[in-house]
Amino acid sequence: MLILKCPYCGVSAEETEFTPGGEAHLTRYTSGSEDQAFTDYLFARKNPRGVHFERWRHVFGCGKWFHTARCTATLEVFGTYTGQTSTPPDNIIAVIKAKRPEWEGFK
Amino acid sequence: MKRYSAFSIAREAFRFHSGWERAWRSPTPKAEYDVVIVGAGGHGLATAYYLAKNHEITNVAVLEKGWLGGGNTGRNTTIIRSNYLQDESAAIFELSRNLYEGLSQDLNYNIMFSPRGVMMLAQTEHELRAWKRTSHANRLAGIQSEMVTPDRIKEIVPVIQIDGPRYPVLGGLWQARGGTARHDAVAWGYARGASDLGVDIIQQCEVTGIDQSGGKVAGVQTSKGAIKCKQLCVVVAGSSGMLADMAGFRLPVESMALQALVSEPIKPVLDCVIMANTVHGYMSQSDKGELVIGGGSDGFNNYTQRGSFQHIEETVRALIETFPIISRLKQLRQWGGIVDMTGDRSPIIGKTPVEGMFINCGWGTGGFKSIPGSGWATAEMLADGEPRDLAAPFTMDRFKEGRMIDESVAAAVAH
Repeated sequence: MLILKCPYCGVSAEETEFTPGGEAHLTRYTSGSEDQAFTDYLFARKNPRGVHFERWRHVFGCGKWFHTARCTATLEVFGTYTGQTSTPPDNIIAVIKAKRPEWEGFK
Repeated sequence: MKRYSAFSIAREAFRFHSGWERAWRSPTPKAEYDVVIVGAGGHGLATAYYLAKNHEITNVAVLEKGWLGGGNTGRNTTIIRSNYLQDESAAIFELSRNLYEGLSQDLNYNIMFSPRGVMMLAQTEHELRAWKRTSHANRLAGIQSEMVTPDRIKEIVPVIQIDGPRYPVLGGLWQARGGTARHDAVAWGYARGASDLGVDIIQQCEVTGIDQSGGKVAGVQTSKGAIKCKQLCVVVAGSSGMLADMAGFRLPVESMALQALVSEPIKPVLDCVIMANTVHGYMSQSDKGELVIGGGSDGFNNYTQRGSFQHIEETVRALIETFPIISRLKQLRQWGGIVDMTGDRSPIIGKTPVEGMFINCGWGTGGFKSIPGSGWATAEMLADGEPRDLAAPFTMDRFKEGRMIDESVAAAVAH
């Protein structure tokens, strides 16, 4: 059972109050893009065993989409941050680096 | 290999069972193989077995990080059926089901295949229409399945409540030759068969890197040293993303936890497999009397082989409405496995961007039932270097080319 904190309304709640939305920070390719780039945007995923950035929605709360940094190997949640960013913020990166020194960083 | 038979049991009974030999060899790895298969689960072992048996390629190693059959092969709910909607899926799953029928004889190993029938309930009007469509598709594909009425369902499954207030049973798709098998025995039987034909099965041997030279696979780095190979086939289900990362590409796959549970053992109440897709629950009764219950997968990436308890709760809560008789049962144990989900809920069998490296993954929640057919098709691909008819629709290119084999709508969650 994950416990996530919604960065918008500040509520900490169990995962049943949220809905997972998959890998975060994808670059969006659309009409006019190369086929391979479009395919990768739609289907290819990093699916790492370890640090993972993902989207969640506070569906039984304020309804907002936000981001979560989480470890898929231990279910540890490193932190949550707002949806208005295309890369993880520095404070989240710092938390992850402190806890996972071997982590290669956000790519 | 000494064959198992009634005579061998009698013979051993007279000499304190001292003559049984180990079911498979545990050799030290050679420096080089023609084919290295990563993952000694059902699919990997079946691939090795059919590679040796059908194609006479025996210089093969199967590498396993943990122990043989300890992943999803030992964690599923053992359901076997082939009533899939799309022609491509129907072909490979029906081959599988057919092979399961004769597998005990073929392997000389009792896999306890029990064609007790699989009943897929329709509990909404939409689902009823979907199953009717599937039953027509099955008929065209030559797969035996039929639509049955609620009254007939009540005859087959007396413990069901068909007029429940929330999820009334409106009909069902009945595959009489579907059923269950002993999941561990499938892995053990294939391992014994493959080992006897000369395949090296190497357990506790983790692959840590993939060697390439000039875009072509050269071998693997493992916890037991480097092993060279001409062909590499990755059959690691939930861990596919990690192996792909080692080789430098991404897959259209996400790893998630799928859970199951068993109740305390009770007297026989259910002699077929029941699947209730609307409420995400499926159930059968094991030979020991436990009700084996599976549910939906968690929705987020997870490698921990344990899921969130609310999914167990949801599954059981929904099943109790249709089967009030189980409401007082205690849960005996619960576990999870990591399934590799693709976008269209169909598997991937095919080449990878690295020459000589092949992959078989993406079986998601439907891996166990497909073990023989998947191994058969993958062995064909490794022998030829190209997928044959059975595997050809399942290549990774299908995502780029837009020719999905859409079983996500057809099969919902419960495979």
